[in-house]
Amino acid sequence: MSHRAPPAWLQAAPLALTFAFFFVIPLALIAMVSLWDYNEYELIPAFTLRNYQDIFSGCSNTADWCVTLRTYASTLKFCVIVWAVTLVLGFTIAYFLAFHVRTPAMQTVLFLLCTIPFWTSNVIRMISWVPLLGRNGLINQTLQSLGLIEAPIEWLLFSDFSVVLAFVHLYTMFMIVPIFNSMMRIDRSLIEAARDSGASGWQTLWHVVIPLSRTGILIGSIFIITIVMGDFVTVGVMGGQQIASVGKVIQVQTSYLQFPIAAANAVILLAVVVLIIYALTRLVDIRKEL
Amino acid sequence: MALHREREPRPASFWLLAIFFGLFLVFLYGPTLTIFVLSFQGPQGGLTFPMRGWSLHWFARLAEGLGVIDVWAALRRSLKLGLAVMGLTILVSVLAGLAFRKKLRGGDALFYLTIASLIMPSIIVSLGIGLQFRLIDTGVQRLLEALEWEWALEHFTTTMGLGTSALGAHLTWTLPFGLLIMFAVFNRFTPAYEEAARDLGATPWQAFRHVVLPLIGPSVVGVGLFGFTLSWDEIARSSQAIGDLNTLPLELQGLTTTVTTPAIYALGTLTTVVSLLAIGLTLLALAWLRRSRRLP
Repeated sequence: MSHRAPPAWLQAAPLALTFAFFFVIPLALIAMVSLWDYNEYELIPAFTLRNYQDIFSGCSNTADWCVTLRTYASTLKFCVIVWAVTLVLGFTIAYFLAFHVRTPAMQTVLFLLCTIPFWTSNVIRMISWVPLLGRNGLINQTLQSLGLIEAPIEWLLFSDFSVVLAFVHLYTMFMIVPIFNSMMRIDRSLIEAARDSGASGWQTLWHVVIPLSRTGILIGSIFIITIVMGDFVTVGVMGGQQIASVGKVIQVQTSYLQFPIAAANAVILLAVVVLIIYALTRLVDIRKEL
Repeated sequence: MALHREREPRPASFWLLAIFFGLFLVFLYGPTLTIFVLSFQGPQGGLTFPMRGWSLHWFARLAEGLGVIDVWAALRRSLKLGLAVMGLTILVSVLAGLAFRKKLRGGDALFYLTIASLIMPSIIVSLGIGLQFRLIDTGVQRLLEALEWEWALEHFTTTMGLGTSALGAHLTWTLPFGLLIMFAVFNRFTPAYEEAARDLGATPWQAFRHVVLPLIGPSVVGVGLFGFTLSWDEIARSSQAIGDLNTLPLELQGLTTTVTTPAIYALGTLTTVVSLLAIGLTLLALAWLRRSRRLP
């Protein structure tokens, strides 16, 4: 052979170098700078634990939670609610598409219908709730004209409710796709076998479909959890800049150029996310063994 | 078999789930359609219903620019960045996809790194890259001081920018998608055609150019579409790593608190149209590829 094929490492090099320079080094720098000191003007490369101490100052007082713990509690609360809602929604829709829609063509069409909104700007999809949820929005107008309420409902917009709604609106796709993928791989004869053995629809769902969709559920859950835990845009826009989240704390600190403390917060956030993901994978493995 | 199943009566659960699915679609599309309609308000129109007349007034206002922010410059910047990200995502993903087909030392580590980048909270990546370029800036300044290049020192501001830190930040987000798509493609790929080409004396490049590339063409277009649209809408990863000039989504995020006229809906309609155009052009490109290559 006159020409040799290029070696694999050379072909993989651009990818590896991109991640090394824009992912591995930045993460290492976060860990390093989180241990640096700073003043109003500059970063001071001197080892200190001050940033971590600052974050948890006052947290030993159990009666009144410190700001950090309250922020994490609020972020985790959103995380759990959004996860639960998107899981139920995503699973139901994936189930409908995978098991009830009969022709592959129709499946593709309906699936694409679900993914098209994903291609449009997130901020636009967020503000598109304003004319519906606002004080003079469509929902309040309708309810008032029907005489169901006297004064407009205030908690529809810029509230916990609107934040959760926006998360569900934006990210349910991340649940549907992996679960749908897992479901399409389930051998259909297993479902028939369950039915032939006398299992009811619910029993088939619970003992066959759900265990076999496990991987998809896990992947979707990891997506949702990492998105919600680190988010600051959705919480900012839909919460009317009033609701705290870990991502927002980091963003605010960097806008004041307090990089070391922002870096320390990022390290803690990363640790929490990794712990949750680790716990999730354990959970799934345990169920597999049962 | 298939025909028989078509005639089976639908169970009650089908209708319940179909209604559920329909409601979900209303939930998905309803709000966006609302602002699409509202962006065609008359000059007296506000942010909510009822519609006060129909006009293109707010698009005209948008064309004049929104306050202090140059929306059109931001749009051009986003387009440029999106196209650059698209090109690099295609190039790097295809190359890496090819590499993973062979024996690749450290391949597992690279794969896990890619997955880690995909699920890493964006604010962390963004902060890291921002920090990195700030430290590089400091380094460059020290270097210029040491070399006593006064002129360069005076004119140096930052190494951060669309073509450097922002581009890198976007790639950490688009490349994992690109690589996963390439995996899916090469999993279904039959190497027989390639071997036939090699047996007929084709060089590796000829085999790639005339056999592999046409076969994976549609998926490569898909990778490009992912690259462009993910970059076009990106906020979180750009936020700390963008430098002085913002992209459109970042400007848009700022506008949500300051602009209180339907002009912002007009902008929303416009960016949605750009996204839909990108999808439309991609589908056209795919149709064209299918026809010219007679792919299944």
